[in-house]
Amino acid sequence: MKYVLLICGDESAAEHAEDGCGGWSETMAERGVLRGGAGLRPPGDATTLRVREGEVLLSDGPFAETKEQLGGFCLIECADLDEAIEIAAAHPAAAYGTIEIRPLTEL
Amino acid sequence: MTSPVEAAVDRAFREEWGQVVATLIRWTGDWDLAEECAQDAFAQALRTWRRDGVPRRPGAWLTTAARNRAVDRLRRAATGAAKLREVADVLAARDGDAADEPGVPDDRLRLIFTCCHPALALEARVALTLRTLAGLTTAEIARAFLVGEQAMAKRLARAKQKIRHAAIPYRVPPAHLLPERLPAVLAVLYLLFNEGYSATAGAGLVRHDLASEAIRLARVLVRLMPEEPEAAGLLALMLLHHARRAARLDDAGDLVVLEDQDRGRWDAGRIAEGVALLDGALRRGRPGPYQVQAAIAACHATAARPEDTDWAQIAVLYGRLARLVPSPVVELNRAVAVGMAHGPAAGLALADALRETGALAGYHLLPAARADLLRRLGRTAEAAEAYREAAGLAATDAERRYLARRLAALEQVSVRAVPDRR
Repeated sequence: MKYVLLICGDESAAEHAEDGCGGWSETMAERGVLRGGAGLRPPGDATTLRVREGEVLLSDGPFAETKEQLGGFCLIECADLDEAIEIAAAHPAAAYGTIEIRPLTEL
Repeated sequence: MTSPVEAAVDRAFREEWGQVVATLIRWTGDWDLAEECAQDAFAQALRTWRRDGVPRRPGAWLTTAARNRAVDRLRRAATGAAKLREVADVLAARDGDAADEPGVPDDRLRLIFTCCHPALALEARVALTLRTLAGLTTAEIARAFLVGEQAMAKRLARAKQKIRHAAIPYRVPPAHLLPERLPAVLAVLYLLFNEGYSATAGAGLVRHDLASEAIRLARVLVRLMPEEPEAAGLLALMLLHHARRAARLDDAGDLVVLEDQDRGRWDAGRIAEGVALLDGALRRGRPGPYQVQAAIAACHATAARPEDTDWAQIAVLYGRLARLVPSPVVELNRAVAVGMAHGPAAGLALADALRETGALAGYHLLPAARADLLRRLGRTAEAAEAYREAAGLAATDAERRYLARRLAALEQVSVRAVPDRR
């Protein structure tokens, strides 16, 4: 099963921007469950796009102005949801932000 | 008139449904197919048992019938070819697979833990447990939750979909996860029991079928996890409550409070079983909220007369419970127990402090408890006002009638005691 871990935090998460993953990425890569992922620049650097009736509409900033902001994502592959939960719980961001675990559509 | 065969099928349904479905889910991995094949097997039993008699082991017979049905269906569905091979492999290996997960031999336990996975919404957990383990129809579950049948059907379908799409594993979690998973399972069983023991709304007050099912599932859990004192504590708690069920309502269907109940109608066998279970659990030295609540229930259930109740002990136990699982409802019960053990003034002080916090605003049992304490202190007018407040908040007809009776009794006494004020 493939899952994306969507790592979110509020504005205070910026304090942790330079923390790195405390060895999480290395451990998970070694275990063979990490398939990819990246940290994201802050929402202020985001551009949001829509095409409506053939017209490209751009807006400055993230899709939704919420307190919780998407800060990064990881793609993992593991046996089931329990293992995904265990992997996500070991991520340092889980201790100050939230991590949404989303299964990928199986093709 | 029910024939012996119908009665046997009915009994097998109550006792074996969960096991048949659980086994089929493990073999096929398909929840809907498992339920459909189990239904077919029971329908077939009704026909075949009439002709051939009731088999010696109805559960084994039903499981085999349901499995054959599943193989038939998978064989017919072209897309099921791969699945069929898988099932055939599992069937071939099934004699050895009890050993592949040591200590967890029961498919029903896997099913309980899968239905009660913390990634599912609490309501979905209860509904799914009722559907797959207890074999309740969607309509019955919808009635218990007071929602429409379609809404419940959607909720169940969503839960099964999430199990499939998010790959919620069909297994009892490994030992290191048990401490965080077991409470969810116990909570669902207790919710199920409470829904049966005291319906949250409407005219009816008790649904014995749900309470009995919760007890049956708790027995499965205790048998399968004998090392877990909280599982035994929960079963003891349910048995001790359920033992009093015959005395809880009068002939008119009205609520009879503990002190007015005919203790001769309590089920002595269940009380003895509950107390024995609790003693065994407590000896393990890991008390938890269910064991403490069972201990409180045991204090009530073992008192021969209301005045023999060990209220001081109950007050201590509520104090302990408040530390384990702090909650305003527990505080309210502690206030009542203290009122019984150390006088109404002490109890009222705690109840008033609780009222100040506003945590129980809208909960009828707070003014009901205050009313009782005020009455015992002779503060009649305040007591009457509190009874009226409680009656206005009560959710069931039986509770409203009970509170109205208390108010009427109070007013009668006050007319006699202070006629000059009228």
